[in-house]
Amino acid sequence: MDFLRPGSWEEALAAKAEHPTAVPIAGGTDVMVEINFDHRRPEYLLDLNRIGDLYAWEVGEDSVRLGASVPYTKIMEHLRAELPGLALASHTVASPQIRNRGGVGGNLGTASPAGDAHPALLAAGAEVEAESVRGSRRIPIDDFYTGVKRNALAADELIRAVHIKKADGPQQFSKVGTRNAMVIAVCAFGLALHPSSRTVRTGIGSAAPTPVRARTAEEFLNAALEEGGFWDNGKIITPSVAKEFAQLCAAACNPIDDVRGTADYRRHAVGIMARRTLTWTWESYRGTAAHTEGVA
Amino acid sequence: MAGTNAPLGTPTKVTQGSQTKGGIGESTLRPDGTLKVTGEFAYSSDMWHEDMLWGQILRAPVAHAEIVSIDTSEALAQAGVYAVMTYDDLPTDVRHYGLEFPDTPVLAHGRVRHHGEPVAIVAADHPETARRAAAKIKVEYRELPVITDELTATAPNAPLIHEDRTDHYAGHVEHPNILHRQPIIRGDVEEARHRADFIVTGEYTFGMQDQAFLGPESGLAVPAEDGGVDLYIATQWLHADLRQIAPVLGLPEEKVRMTLSGVGGAFGGREDLSMQIHACLLALRTGKPVKIVYNRFESFFGHVHRHPAKLFYEHGATKDGKLTHLKARIVLDGGAYASTSAAVVGNAASLGAGPYVIDNVDIEALALYTNNPPCGAMRGFGAVQACFAYEAQMDKLADKVGMDRVEFRRLNAMEQGTIMPTGQPVDSPAPVAELLRRVKAMPLPPERQWESSEGADVRQLPGGLSNTTHGEGVVRGVGYAVGIKNVGFSEGFDDYSTARVRMEVVGGEPVVTVHTAMAEVGQGGVTVHAQIARTELGVTQVTIQPADTQVGSAGSTSASRQTYVTGGAVKNACELVRERVLEIGRRKFGTYHPAWATAELLLEGGKVVTDAGEVLADLADVLEDEAVEVEEEWRHRPTEPFDRHTGQGFGHVQYSFAAHRAVVEVDTELGLVKVIELACAQDVGKALNPLSVVGQIQGGTTQGLGMAVMEEILVDPKTAKVRNPSFTDYLIPTILDTPTMPVDVLELADAHAPYGLRGAGEAPTLSSTPAVLAAIRKATGLELNRTPVRPEHLTGT
Repeated sequence: MDFLRPGSWEEALAAKAEHPTAVPIAGGTDVMVEINFDHRRPEYLLDLNRIGDLYAWEVGEDSVRLGASVPYTKIMEHLRAELPGLALASHTVASPQIRNRGGVGGNLGTASPAGDAHPALLAAGAEVEAESVRGSRRIPIDDFYTGVKRNALAADELIRAVHIKKADGPQQFSKVGTRNAMVIAVCAFGLALHPSSRTVRTGIGSAAPTPVRARTAEEFLNAALEEGGFWDNGKIITPSVAKEFAQLCAAACNPIDDVRGTADYRRHAVGIMARRTLTWTWESYRGTAAHTEGVA
Repeated sequence: MAGTNAPLGTPTKVTQGSQTKGGIGESTLRPDGTLKVTGEFAYSSDMWHEDMLWGQILRAPVAHAEIVSIDTSEALAQAGVYAVMTYDDLPTDVRHYGLEFPDTPVLAHGRVRHHGEPVAIVAADHPETARRAAAKIKVEYRELPVITDELTATAPNAPLIHEDRTDHYAGHVEHPNILHRQPIIRGDVEEARHRADFIVTGEYTFGMQDQAFLGPESGLAVPAEDGGVDLYIATQWLHADLRQIAPVLGLPEEKVRMTLSGVGGAFGGREDLSMQIHACLLALRTGKPVKIVYNRFESFFGHVHRHPAKLFYEHGATKDGKLTHLKARIVLDGGAYASTSAAVVGNAASLGAGPYVIDNVDIEALALYTNNPPCGAMRGFGAVQACFAYEAQMDKLADKVGMDRVEFRRLNAMEQGTIMPTGQPVDSPAPVAELLRRVKAMPLPPERQWESSEGADVRQLPGGLSNTTHGEGVVRGVGYAVGIKNVGFSEGFDDYSTARVRMEVVGGEPVVTVHTAMAEVGQGGVTVHAQIARTELGVTQVTIQPADTQVGSAGSTSASRQTYVTGGAVKNACELVRERVLEIGRRKFGTYHPAWATAELLLEGGKVVTDAGEVLADLADVLEDEAVEVEEEWRHRPTEPFDRHTGQGFGHVQYSFAAHRAVVEVDTELGLVKVIELACAQDVGKALNPLSVVGQIQGGTTQGLGMAVMEEILVDPKTAKVRNPSFTDYLIPTILDTPTMPVDVLELADAHAPYGLRGAGEAPTLSSTPAVLAAIRKATGLELNRTPVRPEHLTGT
């Protein structure tokens, strides 16, 4: 195995172009596990740790440009107001040591359905800034996950940053694991209210071959909220609406039985989380439209 | 032999001074505590030797198969590879080993019987080279049908896991795939059943738990000039290893010199051999030191696990709540090789009735041979599985009788003088009712602790930081359980220990050296031996020598026995040293003071004193240049085997009791559990080191909690392959899963034991699991007949 150590972003792109099979490594919290378990012996490792730019973030007018290697700890500490859903998801990532190393770029690169950041990114709305020697492009998060541990990146592309919409309303994230900390998701759910567009977005993790949105559930809820004038009157969401939304979220799952849980349980749990996170975000919205932070 | 040529990272002697007296009953601190917390302690995996090679084991990828052929040529041809060995390369005719009888091949011969069985070993100059070479060994397997449970094991024409058995159980079992069976029969169950006003039955399932010690199996074998080998190893019993290793190597035991290296936990998982023989074989073959370190994945295949079990229980009671009878059947899955399964059967059977007075008992326990992973010793050893079942039964029966669950248990609790189902009288304190009273009397933690002015503190809720509930669906439950565990090796085993104690004057001060072969695996013998020496010999400075085979056997660090047995041996050796010192004193100074002849003399504060406190002489003056050294074996009172048909017999040395109260909060919609508090009351006879005792109780309690809500090795019933050999998917409790654990320690002396002490390490592991399950049942109203309980069991999905 060759270890490539580019000193700059341009060198990294050149190396990736020259060795398309090279596996990028930053925090190493996914890649090193695969290597240590002998699941994977890549020909080349492409070390991105010398590229300082990847550890920086910028808060813009509408979105946050989050460098691919910004560790979860920094998101929790500095971006709770702008990215509340992702901050909550970051809290649930493994252990403090791993949160100090791992970042969203790695989650996206691995594209495991169990990655904790995905439901929050799907719910908030995001674009992945991918670059190669051929140029740069932005991939909408909805188009990014293409299969189990597969994504829309070309062989010569690297993830430079993620552009995540700043929260314009309350966001929540829930994850089920069979331990109260440091656990891989059995399933997870992200929800974001977008009062400015009067829409709701969702993200489901570990309950389908890829992270997915519960689109039918979103459409149902958007219509129900509009119809009842909820965005304006700030009423409590009708229990039947919340129930229907939860059922549609569960129906959006396409889970499997595995060592971490059964398909039936995953479907069931996503429904419960959908109902609860809707209640929490809506209560928060009703309380104060400016209050966007989740509770954790 | 930790001499001047010892490899880096091997233990050195530890000298413990003490500002205070530092004798028994004080909470002296572990000398390795700070090192372990700061990451500086040298574990067996940290050892290093110049020119050393790395060993690698090739393991079977299937659970049951005939080995058609093995081709090692490509592996041998790889640069950097020094040796590749298979069964055919073993140096002598002794090619099997085993703790109780040798049914385990050193390397697979013609057939593999479980997933991960060692097939070949490689030595190379780099661990990665060794790994790649092992991957180049070509093994052709022809898969065989797998045996995974009682039905498949005893079916007509079932393949035999071991053909031509010659072990001493083979003649007594109904089927060769039954390893051992032990009935316990007392009274008349049929007659008692007619007198019962209430009868409850239950079928319980206990999952396969792993010891999950943090330091994976590792060791270093160094070939010696005399043709022997020095083995530095993390184990639980050096001399039992030695007895199994030497014959396979074709060496006399004195040429296999073993030294304990830094042990990262054991819990029973280091009783059986792992890489010991493999490292020695490779070292002797290559003439170079060989180090082997398992990674976590391999560790899950490298040691035995706790027996999974099916338990069928029937209890009866009269309408005033007195137990009438028990009929029970306990089926333990021993996996492919025997390990300690037979002794686990003996424990499950003889302790299967729990700490209760039941005059009419019909229990049978048995262990199966299957193609599942081999199972053997783990903290609680057979008593754990039974406790899970009988405590569930007690709750059911109490409800049926209409009594409070704790009061029902107290009404039927055994006490000193109770006759066990084995006919053995309980001849020391058995404060079962009192322990239950104490845990029940403790104040309950306040309700809804997660609520604060700033919203819900999710860390206090089921799901924790995963943020699954802010109080929705959360219901509290409280449950109780109590258990009984034997202490020491049972059923007639000669369970002795050896201690060498030396006293001499160094720099004008009397100092004591204690040398035993006791494996310090975290239980705290390292402080206890020094404390005993200080108490008995009145010195401040005590040096504990590294454990090795240059001194006699200390027996196993298991069965809650080391403080009792090796502690007893150290006490005994100290007493003999004291007698010798006093003899010297009498010889030198006896004419100066009549008390030398008439008073009871003690050693205190470096002096010889009378029991009235009068100083007769300084130890420095008594000993001068002389050193007094004693090495002596010490035994607890003997036991006897259980009768093969009735299970009657004086089988156990001592019993140990603990009771728990669990307070849990369950998210009933998501099936997630937060254990809020696990209170424990335990009788330890005498707490030699109270801080260590509390640590043992909290550790055992936590291990039981893990078994209740998360810890399970999942084996595919179709292939008998392990599905979750990693800490990603074999979950153990984190600190956020670990509740407050108030501990109430009783000290009711056992007159038979040194200082009255009672082995303490295992009892809390028994009752913790059923207490948590009882609390979850209370919260959910579900029956929950299996452990660990998973979210899908609580949500019906």
